[in-house]
Amino acid sequence: MKPAPFAYERPATLSEAVRILADVPGAKVLAGGQTLGPMLNLRLAQPEMIVDIGRIPELAEVTETAGAISIGATVTHAAIEDGRVSDPAGGFLRRVAKGIAYRAVRTRGTIGGSLAHADPAADWLSALTALGAEVVLSGSHGSRTVVLAEFARGAMQADIAADEIVVAVRVPKFSRASRFAYHKICRKTGEFAEAIGVAVDDPERGVRRLVAGATEGRPIVLNLERDLISLSVAALEEALSASGYVADAYVLKLHAVALHRACQEASAL
Amino acid sequence: MTGQGIGARLLRKEDERYMRGRGQYVGDIRLPGMQEVAFLRSPLAHARIKAIHIPDRIRDRVFIAADLDGVAAIRADTALPGFKSSVQPVLATDKVRYVGETVAMCIAPTRAEAEDLAAEIDVEFDALPALHDMLAARNAGAALVHEHWGDNLFLPTSTDVDFEAVKAKAAFSVTRELRTARQAMCPLEGRGVIAEWNSRLEQLVVTSSTQQPHIVRSGLAECLAIDEGSIRVVAPDVGGGFGYKGILLPEEVALAWATRKLGVPLRWLEDRRENLIAGADCREHHYILTAYADRDGRLLGLDCEATVDSGAYSAYPFSACLEAGQIGSILPGLYDFPHYRCRTYSVATNKPPILPYRGVARTGVCFALEVTLDALAREVGIEPNALRFNSLVQPEQMPFDNIAKRHFDSGNYPDALRQAVEAIGFDKVRDRQTQGEADGRRIGIGFSMYAEQAGHGTSVYAAWGIPFVPGYEQCQARFTPDGGLELRIGAHSHGQGLETTLSQVAHSILGVPHERIKVVHGDTAETPYSTGTWGSRCMIMSGGAVATACEELGERVLAIGAKLLQARREDVRIEGADVVSPSGKVAVAEVARTWYRRPQDLPPDVNPGGLELTAGYKAKRDTGTFSYAAHAAVVAVEPDTGEVEILDYVVVEDGGVLVNPMIVDGQIIGGCAQGIGTALYEEMPYDAQGQPLASTLSDYMLPGPTEVPEIRILHTETPSPYTRFGQKGIGEGGAIAPPAAITNAINDALKDIGAELVVSPISPRRIAEAIARAKPKAAAA
Repeated sequence: MKPAPFAYERPATLSEAVRILADVPGAKVLAGGQTLGPMLNLRLAQPEMIVDIGRIPELAEVTETAGAISIGATVTHAAIEDGRVSDPAGGFLRRVAKGIAYRAVRTRGTIGGSLAHADPAADWLSALTALGAEVVLSGSHGSRTVVLAEFARGAMQADIAADEIVVAVRVPKFSRASRFAYHKICRKTGEFAEAIGVAVDDPERGVRRLVAGATEGRPIVLNLERDLISLSVAALEEALSASGYVADAYVLKLHAVALHRACQEASAL
Repeated sequence: MTGQGIGARLLRKEDERYMRGRGQYVGDIRLPGMQEVAFLRSPLAHARIKAIHIPDRIRDRVFIAADLDGVAAIRADTALPGFKSSVQPVLATDKVRYVGETVAMCIAPTRAEAEDLAAEIDVEFDALPALHDMLAARNAGAALVHEHWGDNLFLPTSTDVDFEAVKAKAAFSVTRELRTARQAMCPLEGRGVIAEWNSRLEQLVVTSSTQQPHIVRSGLAECLAIDEGSIRVVAPDVGGGFGYKGILLPEEVALAWATRKLGVPLRWLEDRRENLIAGADCREHHYILTAYADRDGRLLGLDCEATVDSGAYSAYPFSACLEAGQIGSILPGLYDFPHYRCRTYSVATNKPPILPYRGVARTGVCFALEVTLDALAREVGIEPNALRFNSLVQPEQMPFDNIAKRHFDSGNYPDALRQAVEAIGFDKVRDRQTQGEADGRRIGIGFSMYAEQAGHGTSVYAAWGIPFVPGYEQCQARFTPDGGLELRIGAHSHGQGLETTLSQVAHSILGVPHERIKVVHGDTAETPYSTGTWGSRCMIMSGGAVATACEELGERVLAIGAKLLQARREDVRIEGADVVSPSGKVAVAEVARTWYRRPQDLPPDVNPGGLELTAGYKAKRDTGTFSYAAHAAVVAVEPDTGEVEILDYVVVEDGGVLVNPMIVDGQIIGGCAQGIGTALYEEMPYDAQGQPLASTLSDYMLPGPTEVPEIRILHTETPSPYTRFGQKGIGEGGAIAPPAAITNAINDALKDIGAELVVSPISPRRIAEAIARAKPKAAAA
C-alpha cells in the first residue's frame, strides 16, 4: 500500500501552482492529504505529479468584508475548531469542525480540500451549502465564484477544471437571531456520515433552509415554508421524495430523521 | 510477602517500553542490505492460472511457484475420521482459491518499488464460479474448491445423546436460524516477517510477528526440508495476537526460501489492506438451533445443525475444523440437560482460511445458544433468567461432566447470574421499561453466560490429531551472578502481561524483588519448546512451569544457604528475599554470588547443576480449567434508525485465583471491546464473485473508545482444583459473551413489537428491517 511513482512540486505562489497545473496534464493538487493520501497509497489515484499547495500564503488567508468571511482553502478543520477563524455563523462552523472525523484528521485536513473532493458524506459540503456559501476558484483563465450548491455536481464531482484551484470559500454573515443545527448519523464516532441534516433559520435575512447530506449525490436543499419545529419525520420523508431523492425505505427514513433532529435542535436554541 | 506476589495489582513491567514507544516490532527492525517484499495477490476468488507474464528486465526480482525449488506446500491435517486434506501452496500453482492469495513475490529496495514490480506482472486467469456462501457450497453440484474431494466439506461431525426422546417430553420448543458475520482480525500491528541467512551459524533466522515461534520453526522446517536446529525463529514485540498470529504463513515460508536464494535479508510487512483482504478470517457460523423445555421452563434438550465457513485451506497448525468441531462440545454451555444432538459442517469456500480468534467458536456458540434460550423463555412465558436458573449446573454438582463430556472443574454458576442481576439493577430496568422513554427509544436488558475452557492439553488435542499436540510446558530458571533471576519460557507475551505475572509467581516462591526478575520469551534459541500462546493457557501452563522451576531452584538455594548459615538444611527456609535459619539469615542474592563467584564456600555435596535448571509442568488434569462469567447489558434502541446505545454493562467473572487482578480487568475490558465489535460493528461481506467488500478500515468498522462503555466488573474467585495456584485461564472470556448479552437486550427492547434479531452484527439497518418485518405481523395479529 505505497503510492506509484509521481513527481512532486511545492510552489510558493498561487500563480505558479496554476501554471504547473496547466502545463502538466494529470497533475493533482495536494492540500491536507487526508483523502488524496489514502487514494495514493491504495493506488486508486496514480497522478503524474503532485502539486502541494500547503505553502502558498494567499491560500491560508482569512479575510472579512461587511457581508461575508472568506476562509482560505488551506485553513485546517482544527483551526476552525479551535476558534482561530472568526465564525460568520455564531459558532456554527466551530461545532461542525469539531465533529469532523478525528483530531488527527482535523489537524491536517483543509476546508478547500474537502470541498474540492465533493464527497457527499463530508461535513463542509452540506454545512456550507446550507449557509449559502460560495467557492472562489482560480485558474489559468482567471478567477470565478460559484455558489456551493452548484459547485458539487454529484458524488466526487466538483465544478472545477484541471487547471483550477479552490482559493477560498466565502461564507455570508448571519444575524444574531439566527439558529443553526447540524446533525449527522454515523455508525461510530469519527466515521463518515450515513445521513446529514442541516437546518438554518435566519429570520432577519429571511433564510430558512434545510440540507440533506451524505446522499449518493450533491446535497439536497429544501426551502420550506413551514416552521422547523412543526416538521415531522413523515413530512420530511415526503419533502425528500418530492425533491427527487430516491432511496430504499431505511435510507430515506435515516435522512428524514437526521433532518428532523436538526430541526428540533435548531428550534430548541 | 512484599505485595509483589500472586494476587498483587502490580503495574505491568512491559508498559515501561510499550507506553514510551520503545517496543521493538518487526517494522522497527532494519538490517544492513535488507530488501523489501511485496506480494502480487490474486484479484479473483476462484480461477485457473493460465499463464504468468513477467517482463524480462524484472524477472530476477520476481518469484513464482515454479521458482520455489524444494519448497513443500503447507498442510494442516487432523486425525479425525472423514477429514479431507487441503494443500496450500506457498505461491499459487495451477489455481487461486481466494482473493488475496499469494501469486508472486517481488523484491526491491523499498516496498513502493516492490509494489511497482508487482504492477508489471500480468496473470492470465480463467475465472471459475466463486463459492462465497457456505450454505450454497454444501449443495450438490456446487463448484469445488478442491476438485478431488468431490464436495466442499473439510469435515462433518455428529453427536447424539438420547436426542429423539426429547420430543415426547418437551412442552415447549423454539427453532431459530442464526448467523454470525465473517470477521477480520485487526490487531494494532499486522503480520510482519524478516528472514535472513546467518552464514556464521549456518542458520536461517526468521523474525516474525507470531504467537508461536516454536511452531513456526517446525512448520518452516517441514516446508523447506531444513533441520530445525538450522532455524531460529524470533518473535520480538508483537502488537496483539488474538489468534491472528497463530498460523504458519505462506509469506513466512516464501521469505525464508528467498533469503537463502538471494543471500540478503528480506522483510515483508503486512499492510492493513492485506490484513483485511488476504489475512485469515474468523467467526463465520450458521446455526439452525432448536431448544426444548419442560412445562416449568427447564431446558430439556438442544438440537443443532451448525455450518462454519472454513475458507479455502486448512490453517497450520489449528486446522480447518477446530471451530466447527468445538461447537459440538461447547454448545451445551453451563446447562445441565438430558437430550442433545449436534451436527457440524466445516465447509471450504473461496475465502481466506479461518482461524480461532479470541474466544474461538465460543463467541458464536454463546450467541446462538443464549439468544435461542431467551426466545425459549419468551415462548414458555417466563423471564429468560428463570429458565437459566432452572437449568444451570449447580455448585454442588462440581466437578461436573456435561452432556458433551466437558469436565467443569469448579464454580458457582447461579451465583454469578444472581450477582449480575443485582449489579445491573434488573428490577429498576424493568420498572423503567413500563414507564417508557421521553425520546421514543426503547430500553432492553439482556444476559448471557459462558464457560471458557482454558489451558486444555494433551488429551484434548491428541483426539484432534492436529500438527502439534501440547504436552508439558517448561521454564528455564536461573540466577545471575548478582542475584537477579531469569525466567525463560517458550510461550510469548504480546499484551497479556506475562513479563509481570510470571515475575509475580516467581516472587511468591523465591522472594526475589520484582524488578530483579526478567522474563525472556519469543526466541527459539533462548527458550524451551512451547506450542506458544493460545487457548488462554499461559498463566496455567507457563505459570505452573515457572512455579515448579522456582521451587526446584529454591531447594538448591536452601542447600547453599544452610551451609552459609551453618544450619541444617531442614532448619532453613526462604522468607522475603532471604534464606532464614533460627539464628540468622543470608540474602538469596548472596547465595547466588556464592555459587558463581566463591565456589570455595559451597557445601561439598552441592548440586553441580548450580542455580540454573529447566523444570516442566502439566496440570493435574489436562482437560482444562473453566473460568466463567455472567454478562448483563442494558441498551436503548431507536426504532426509526436502529441506533443502539449501550447504557450499562456488567461482567461478573470467576477466573479462579487471580495472579494480577488489574491485568485481568484489562483482559476483560479489551475482550468486551472486541465482543462489542462482533455484536454491533464488524463484518467482512463478500459479493457473489467472492470479492471482499471491506478492504479498508473505513469499510471494516471496529469499535473505538467512544463505542465501548464503562465495563463494570465484579470478581469471584473459585479456585481450580487442578492447577498450581487454583488459577484459571481468562484471556478470551471478555470477547465471548457481549454479542449474546447485547442481542438479548436489543430483543428484550423490541419484544413488544415482535421483532427479534438473529444475525450479527446487529447493525442499525438489520434492526430497522426486523422492526419493519414485525410490524405487519403485529398488525395482523
